[in-house]
Amino acid sequence: MLKYIVKRIGLAIVTIWAVATLTYFLINMVPGGPFLSEKAVSPQALAALEAKYGLDKPLWEQYVTYMTDALHGDFGDSLKQRGRTVTSIIATKFPVSAKLGGTAVIVSLLVGVPLGCAAAMNRGKALDNIISVVATCGIAVPSFVICTVLMYFLGVHLNLLPTFGLTSWKHYIMPVISLAFYPTAYIMRLMRSSMLDVLGQDYMRTARAKGLSQKVSIFKHALRNAILPVVTYVGPMLAYTLTGSFVVEKIFTIPGLGGEFIGSITTRDYTVIMGTTIFLAALMVVMNVVVDIVYKIIDPRIKLK
Amino acid sequence: MKENPISFQLKLNPDDFLPATDDEKQSLVVMRESVSFWKDGLRRLRKNKVAMVSLWVIIIVMFFSFIVPIFYPYSYETQVKGANSLAPFEYSIEEQARRDAGEFVFPHVLGTDKMGRDYAIRVMVGSRISLTVGLVATAIILVIGSVYGSIAAFFGGWIDLVMMRIVDIIYTVPDILLIVLLSFALKAPLAELAALPGFGWINVVGTNLISIFIVFALLYWVGMARMVRSQILILKESEYVTAARALGAKSGRIIKKHLLTNCIGTLIVTTTLQIPSSIFTESFLSFLGLGVAVPLPSLGSLASEAINGLNTYPHLLFIPALLISLIILSFNLLGDGLRDAFDPKMKN
Amino acid sequence: MSEYLVDIKNERLSFFTPAGEVKALNDVSIHLNQGEVLGIVGESGSGKSVTAYSLMGLTAHPGKLIGGTIEFNGHQIHEMSEQEFRKIRGNEVSIIFQDPMTSLNPVFTIGNQIEEVILLHTDKDKKQAHERAVELLTLVGINEPEKRLKQYPHELSGGMRQRVMIAIALACEPKLLIADEPTTALDVTIQAQILELMMELKDKLGMAIIMITHDLGIVASMCEKIAVMYGGRIIEYGTTDEIFYEPKHEYTKGLLKSIPRLDAEEHERLVPIEGTPIDLLNPPKGCPFAPRCESCMKICLREMPPVTTFGDIHYTQCWMNQKAQMEGGATNE
Repeated sequence: MLKYIVKRIGLAIVTIWAVATLTYFLINMVPGGPFLSEKAVSPQALAALEAKYGLDKPLWEQYVTYMTDALHGDFGDSLKQRGRTVTSIIATKFPVSAKLGGTAVIVSLLVGVPLGCAAAMNRGKALDNIISVVATCGIAVPSFVICTVLMYFLGVHLNLLPTFGLTSWKHYIMPVISLAFYPTAYIMRLMRSSMLDVLGQDYMRTARAKGLSQKVSIFKHALRNAILPVVTYVGPMLAYTLTGSFVVEKIFTIPGLGGEFIGSITTRDYTVIMGTTIFLAALMVVMNVVVDIVYKIIDPRIKLK
Repeated sequence: MKENPISFQLKLNPDDFLPATDDEKQSLVVMRESVSFWKDGLRRLRKNKVAMVSLWVIIIVMFFSFIVPIFYPYSYETQVKGANSLAPFEYSIEEQARRDAGEFVFPHVLGTDKMGRDYAIRVMVGSRISLTVGLVATAIILVIGSVYGSIAAFFGGWIDLVMMRIVDIIYTVPDILLIVLLSFALKAPLAELAALPGFGWINVVGTNLISIFIVFALLYWVGMARMVRSQILILKESEYVTAARALGAKSGRIIKKHLLTNCIGTLIVTTTLQIPSSIFTESFLSFLGLGVAVPLPSLGSLASEAINGLNTYPHLLFIPALLISLIILSFNLLGDGLRDAFDPKMKN
Repeated sequence: MSEYLVDIKNERLSFFTPAGEVKALNDVSIHLNQGEVLGIVGESGSGKSVTAYSLMGLTAHPGKLIGGTIEFNGHQIHEMSEQEFRKIRGNEVSIIFQDPMTSLNPVFTIGNQIEEVILLHTDKDKKQAHERAVELLTLVGINEPEKRLKQYPHELSGGMRQRVMIAIALACEPKLLIADEPTTALDVTIQAQILELMMELKDKLGMAIIMITHDLGIVASMCEKIAVMYGGRIIEYGTTDEIFYEPKHEYTKGLLKSIPRLDAEEHERLVPIEGTPIDLLNPPKGCPFAPRCESCMKICLREMPPVTTFGDIHYTQCWMNQKAQMEGGATNE
């Protein structure tokens, strides 16, 4: 176990470092820079700005400085939002996205898993057909379509729900539906096929031969085996959803990390890009470890290595 | 000869107890017709109504995207004067005057956008772009992914380890970041390239479209590579390959006869399911304004442009949105049907 | 009510697949006394497992009982609902499956899976169930039972897992144990151990056993009666001695010729049965074995042979015996 933890932490550090380095050189290789779009800036002022942020030094020197600072937990100041550190930007924006994304993931699990199971247990019957059709349609609709359709009907046309901001529980409904739509449909499909697979296993026949009721054999013997693919899917999906979706945040005007990230890319806010990328990569790596551990708990055959 | 009592009931006669010939025995064996992999798969596919309907939907959408625009009286970029923001089948004042004069004016079936461009042709050209991106990008992904994945699987060892680490890293970098940066980075070199003789076609296709293809090629092959690698690893371990090797079959024959034929079903299915996913991503990129360049439309950019006027002209949003969902749905259903037909292993 | 523990009369069972009706069982009749061991022998697809499963209501999905009666321990099986089946499964009748590797749920401990069936069918509480599980593991010859109960299936060897399956099957002291090729997936040395264990437990607990197998060696050593199945029919039925020393059906004779014997002459060769089993989707009109039969006659291709009986229980369905009887009748005159 200790060996596993050490190995995973080592691997995580390498992955995050590789992602950070790749991103660092990529954003600096692309023509243009953070201050070029501000046309009013005079060459002298530009030089002064670049000197202030250390952008006039050779690239590798900037890189070493940045990495050393990052290792000490200092991700620098935002180049565009004067006077704000990258850490404080992530600290204010991430909770907004995380709350929304977390709710969406919970919703998609609560809806997707039972419906997927129900479809598998009623294979070939009407319920299965309905669920399969809904799930197939669900993975075919892009999120911006759902957002705008919801917005048009519930927000504008019927005026039932607020269309921007995140101040009350009502504000959560439409963004959460939009975010949860695709994962719910995906989990339904995943759950259905993995449940069908498990139902055909020999140990399910054993459970029946023991005289267990269908309820017990499904809930005890099948579910725990069938949930494994869902766990694999939810891990990375959670990392992405928690860090926010640009589309949903843009359409519903929510001040989250997803919008911030895209904003920083278009304005070339190097430090914010780096900070959020490292943050997302770290979250991904953590989620993968969590998935591994959950897997081990559910299935004793898995060896952590 | 005296007859046995049971012979009366069954009307037996001594001839019945003569030995039967081999031919007579054979004629009794009704063997089920043996069919080839492809024939069997196609038969199952044809029987699958949902998949066949999806196939027809795709064919019809393709007809309207690739053939109809050639004959269509309007062009996607021409702005008809005075015909801004018309409702479906509405005519501008000038067109109405021409109609009153007895002239035939082709109707704006889906109305026009706020710049006075016929919306029907824009939607058709938009779905042409979306389909092209989906098909070409998938072809690129298929080639890169399967080559990369099979190299990793065949060589194994540390080569496999390093190659798969690279895949992991590409997987972890936020794709939007790479897309945005790449599309910025590629713009200038592509423009330079287009200026060179012999590369004029780049301008015709559009630098943005090409950079989308390059982005897809650089980013989205990782999933395909993982799939191909794991498939080949499983097949490599399988007993019939070991058996073939034990019988002295050469590597080339094993690859051709066993690995390829067993992989092809999964590959077809994954490819078909990759097409909607590519279309999905393209529409998302266009929605962010990172897709094709104006005035060229794609379904995503059409939807994106329509959002601001949502309250007044909802049909401008709903038409491309519905069409894109329909295309993705059809490809998904066709992919499911192909899986059921050609990949018995993945079938439930 | 039947005097037998198991009394199957003219059972007919079909699988209604999209390709058509597969007649898996045709007029199958079997009876079995308390404490008796019956062997059902046949090739894959001959209907041996289907017969046994239908006794527990475990017939797989498109399968349906379409005729005949099944009685077991006073229950009218053919009329029972799923709910009634649940009460007897694992309790009065248990089953051991072929592959112990896949028949145990990988994510639960051995203890959990044994105690589950005890808790379900008896009034024992958790502690008593645990004690019973320890007792059962000792009974099936597993040492360190306390430790094993905490282990997962993948930590045990194949033979060990089959012993666990037997422990689960015997947990509620069933009247009948169905063993569906219980040793096919095991090593030869382990096979002998498992069979020996089953016979030992049978004597100790006094249950009846239905042994499904394609291995004639197993039935010879274990069973009192043997049913030979082919193409969804019992083509010959009798005591072990009758089947081995006076086989009446050509298929049984063929089977016996195809097993190696220690007392065989040096030049004697094993004789395989040529051809492949019939397609139950399109069964031939006459005797199902006719196309592969060496002594096939014209009548065999047209008509299903009637039952010919010899002695108390020995019977067969083969025209050769009718022919012999007829000729015998003719010469007697």
